[in-house]
Amino acid sequence: MCTYLTEKIEVTGSGKGADGWFGLSEATVYFDHPVHAAAEHTLNIDFLNPGRGPSARVAVELTAESARALAKAIEATLASVPPGLL
Amino acid sequence: MYDAMMAETIGITGHGGDVIEGYLARPLGPGPFGSVVVIHHMPGYDASTKEIARKFAAAGYAALCPNLYTREAPGASPDDAAATARARGGVPDERLVGDVGGAAAYLRSLPTSNGKVGVIGYCSGGRQSFLAACSLQLDAAVDCYGAFVVGTPPEGMPLKVGPIVHLTKDLSCPLLGLFGAEDQHPSPEQTAELEKELTAQGKTYEFHTYEGAGHAFFAVDRPAYRPEAANEGWQRIWEWFGRYLAG
Repeated sequence: MCTYLTEKIEVTGSGKGADGWFGLSEATVYFDHPVHAAAEHTLNIDFLNPGRGPSARVAVELTAESARALAKAIEATLASVPPGLL
Repeated sequence: MYDAMMAETIGITGHGGDVIEGYLARPLGPGPFGSVVVIHHMPGYDASTKEIARKFAAAGYAALCPNLYTREAPGASPDDAAATARARGGVPDERLVGDVGGAAAYLRSLPTSNGKVGVIGYCSGGRQSFLAACSLQLDAAVDCYGAFVVGTPPEGMPLKVGPIVHLTKDLSCPLLGLFGAEDQHPSPEQTAELEKELTAQGKTYEFHTYEGAGHAFFAVDRPAYRPEAANEGWQRIWEWFGRYLAG
């Protein structure tokens, strides 16, 4: 199915795309058909900088299981950061 | 039979007088030929959609696929363009109608045109095919598993997509609907609701829902591909366009 489900957030940081590193300003997260991954639906994340054009994009397409594991890993990593660094 | 064809990228005048990119595939014979506007799916104006346009040309129709993401992402690769369009909320309905109207006008202006233009769309394009057929004077329409013709999208969704079943009364041409029984967007209940409204409005339509198929069963390059449903579906499309567009 074509879910249309999309979350959009503002982000600060950098990503490395086809033309090298660039600053990021937003990210979209959606569960829909992948372009490349071999699954009917994947959790897709686009890290974007619209100011630099459509190709300023870092994309990932993850199976739902991988996406949940990634979310857990991010939370676990942040939770273990020593006090004072965040 | 002379079966040469030509396929190329062109510029067409779309909504608001904007020049947008389009992919035109047409038979090179003298005609007259019917025409089809091909509306690409949400992943964009990609290689597989262009292949569909060429399939119509090989079958004797002039087919034109407007790049609905031209404005957001001129010259970008289809996946980057689709990501950009999604981040900006998708294609506004009004703009879609203007772009399809521009594509239909271009097709009618071809010297080989028989004056008849149909529309077909897949996935989000299925909804847009219905929208175009309710907003423009066309001769035939095909909706391949378009979601949210009926049914309200989840709250908070940033995409500008809403139900359009209330437009059924304005449908200008016969509608063929091709759906998968295992699809949830649109679900069989939703297509049944659309069918009820089409009947109530006295419209000419034909719906087929294929068992063992879900969303995107026509997509030959995706795991959702279901050859049996797709082959059956293509047969229904040739019959539909043969009846309403050919000659």
